[in-house]
Amino acid sequence: MKRESIVPAACAAVTYTVLCHPHHHTVFIVLTDGPGNKDDITRSKNEGKELSKEEKQRLRKQKKQQKKQKERKNEKSETEKEKTPVSLLPPPRPVATQKAPSALPAPASAPIPVPASAPFHSSPAPSPADKPAKSKAELKAERRARQETDRAAKQPGSSSSGIKTKVPLSELNPVVKRLPEHVQVDDPAVVKRLAKKLERQQIPLRSDYGYKVSLFSHLHQYSRKAPLTQQLSIPSTVIHPSIVRLGLQYSQGIVAGSNARSVALLHAFKQVIRDYTTPPNEELSRDLVNKLKPYISFLNQCRPLSASMGNAIKYIKKEISNIPSQCKEEEAKTKLLTCIDRYIEEKIVLAAKAISKYAIEKISDGDVILVYGCSSLVNNILCEAFEKSRKFRVIVVDSRPRLEGREALRRLVQRGISCTYVLISALSYILPEVSKVFLGAHALLANGYVMSRVGTSQIALVARTFNVPVLVCCETYKFCEKVQTDSFVSNELDDPDDLMVTRKGKTQLENWQDVSSLGLLNLVYDVTPPDFVDLVITDLGMIPCTSVPVVLRVKNLDQ
Amino acid sequence: MPGADKEADLTERIEAFLADLKRGGCGTGPIRGSGETARETTALLRKVTAQARWSSAGDLMEIIRKEGRRMTAAQPSETTVGNMVLRVLKIIREEYARSRGSSEETDQQESLHKLLTSGGLSEENFRQHFVHLKANVIEAINELLTELDGTTDNIAMQALEHIHSNEVIMTVGRSRTVEAFLKDAARKRKFHVIVAECAPFCQGHEMATNLSKASIETTVIADAAIFAVMSRVNKVIIGTQTVLANGGLRAVNGTHTVALAARHHSTPLIVCAPMFKLSPQFPNEEDTFHKFVSPHEVLPFTEGEILSKVNVHCPVFDYVPPELITLFISNIGGNAPSYIYRLMSELYHPEDHDL
Repeated sequence: MKRESIVPAACAAVTYTVLCHPHHHTVFIVLTDGPGNKDDITRSKNEGKELSKEEKQRLRKQKKQQKKQKERKNEKSETEKEKTPVSLLPPPRPVATQKAPSALPAPASAPIPVPASAPFHSSPAPSPADKPAKSKAELKAERRARQETDRAAKQPGSSSSGIKTKVPLSELNPVVKRLPEHVQVDDPAVVKRLAKKLERQQIPLRSDYGYKVSLFSHLHQYSRKAPLTQQLSIPSTVIHPSIVRLGLQYSQGIVAGSNARSVALLHAFKQVIRDYTTPPNEELSRDLVNKLKPYISFLNQCRPLSASMGNAIKYIKKEISNIPSQCKEEEAKTKLLTCIDRYIEEKIVLAAKAISKYAIEKISDGDVILVYGCSSLVNNILCEAFEKSRKFRVIVVDSRPRLEGREALRRLVQRGISCTYVLISALSYILPEVSKVFLGAHALLANGYVMSRVGTSQIALVARTFNVPVLVCCETYKFCEKVQTDSFVSNELDDPDDLMVTRKGKTQLENWQDVSSLGLLNLVYDVTPPDFVDLVITDLGMIPCTSVPVVLRVKNLDQ
Repeated sequence: MPGADKEADLTERIEAFLADLKRGGCGTGPIRGSGETARETTALLRKVTAQARWSSAGDLMEIIRKEGRRMTAAQPSETTVGNMVLRVLKIIREEYARSRGSSEETDQQESLHKLLTSGGLSEENFRQHFVHLKANVIEAINELLTELDGTTDNIAMQALEHIHSNEVIMTVGRSRTVEAFLKDAARKRKFHVIVAECAPFCQGHEMATNLSKASIETTVIADAAIFAVMSRVNKVIIGTQTVLANGGLRAVNGTHTVALAARHHSTPLIVCAPMFKLSPQFPNEEDTFHKFVSPHEVLPFTEGEILSKVNVHCPVFDYVPPELITLFISNIGGNAPSYIYRLMSELYHPEDHDL
């Protein structure tokens, strides 16, 4: 389809800066003419880079009217052919539609795409909506650019140029990243925008519950007793039933733990792909991604996505978009299913085996190992070490209100490992006996901090005081680009009613909602500074905490 | 016979007191707070002084020591009982010395010169009989009782010097002293309190309910979130069960974690402890330091089969070393932990340290 092939191509040459539309034109010309020669592509891309910076500066300086005129003059040379593609450009961006009609009539000469985009920045549109429109369009443009470079790389003769352009692309990572909605709950404009988006996708909006501590007013706080699925009609036509079931499992805590959640997510997506049929006049690579978007919003509403799930979704979207347009539907679907299976196999199952292999070297006979909560990876390591006849005993530390350690205790005791069980408040009592601490992670952040279940940082702190080594085990697919220094800016608030406890028939906090000055805080995650962690064991080997950005960079280059 | 009745009454009271102490050994702590225990002990000792048959100070001290040993044996972790016995013994010594006419200071100090000249043990054997000794001792014990009555108020009066507006204060578990301290400050200042619930007994919940009833902004957090929220805390104010002789604490479990987190973030750690909690014990006695309660609190019996294959520990107390503590606030004012040894020498006589 003309539109389909042009729009991605348009974004291919866009580098990671503000929209730079002159390059759309040059790339259009090259690609619609077929696989052009290497030089044209590289030249256009280089020009594109420079011009985009100029564009940026120009856009910043000018007022709305002057800018339009200048750009019109600059772009006159390249305009005529692009009339129709340009007019097709705005519609695919749903959020920007409200501005497209205002923007298009504004510039005097319609076929100029740059003026079409420039007024986005310069028009007196409401600013909070403006920024996300720009950045959303930016992100889409980047994504298409990435896809197009991959596609260009696949074409014969352009592989080297593809690689050449990949390195500068990764260096020019966008500085302006959109702040995720789930950490902006105290901004009414953001909340309104999310509500509109969910309405469009026909997904119910989940409302917050209970009094929120002021320090965390920027985060959502939901009640487990009011799952999102109660507001859905049965059968749900918009959301696939396996996704509905998955969302309910997440929000009730039936599926918990980042590995389990990612695997469940991928299996649900496999089911979605199996049941998917491409509607007529649509292409699988574009339509399937659009179909997945409301599902992801729904799951996000049920329970905020974890870093591992985010990476898995990115991978799937990339795979889907990489399906060539001439591929048959059945073939495409089997290809996607095998991709997902391979991802699970490589990143989770085999990674666990590799990590166990490294970790078992660190366990010696007579060790007393302390673990916290229930990490599937750490349990795996301990069971394998036990099978390899290492003599050790385990101390399981647990904490209210989740009490996940009991599950880990059951699994270890079933294997025959001798275990001790304490609560986290008894940590100072039990630590003098411990020789090593093994911790699992939810995600590893780019500044070396470890994001994990709340309480992990405390264990690392006290272990450091007693000079006990702390080893964190984490697969590489959980590494993420985020940076965070404290546990406030981005966290998850669980149901506050979980903190209530009934002892001897009396529940002290029973009516906490009625007391205005009383609040309950049930955090889910916290971040551990890298100086508390001695070693991180990943499937790539044993690395210090500060090497996480190196691994991320290597991974990006590989992709 | 009135005398026999009184004696029977006294022994009955002592037995009841011991039974209460023994029952208070379960995890939720003693039935009455340590202030009440101290008062009850002192009242009982006053009765013993009044009713028991003794002719000299030495006899009285023997009787008190005997009763004291019985009381401390009932509940070794309840150190206020032993502390009060030591205070009364010190009172007896002082009154005896005053009756004899010698100044107290020279008797107190154990100087090298005294050791050499007197050849070791002091010659005092407390055998002299003084007519007014009984009255003086009872009067001094009454003074001690009035002092005990006013400890919480004395500590609470100092609250405004330490808490300013818009502070975030963290506390652990439940302490009546800290509760009074914060409520007193809340009359004039607005601040926010974060209470760590202190599993498995969750006494923090009761503390939070009481504080919020006094219109203090309170938040309850789980123990696991202590380090996570510590970066936002301005001060940590805690109570304790005992203040040890080296300035360390024997406090409810979880306090050591709070102290380490506070040191990591350079947050001051303030301990509100009345003087009757100061004990001449040192923390090195491993066997007697920790007290354990039923593991049912940690892993309930409903967990089933795995119970028999698992060791479960439920310690009640934590040791907090004196380096982690910034300030002690007691009824006689604020002190650094390095000064505690001096306060102890004023309160107790070194020969009484081992009952």
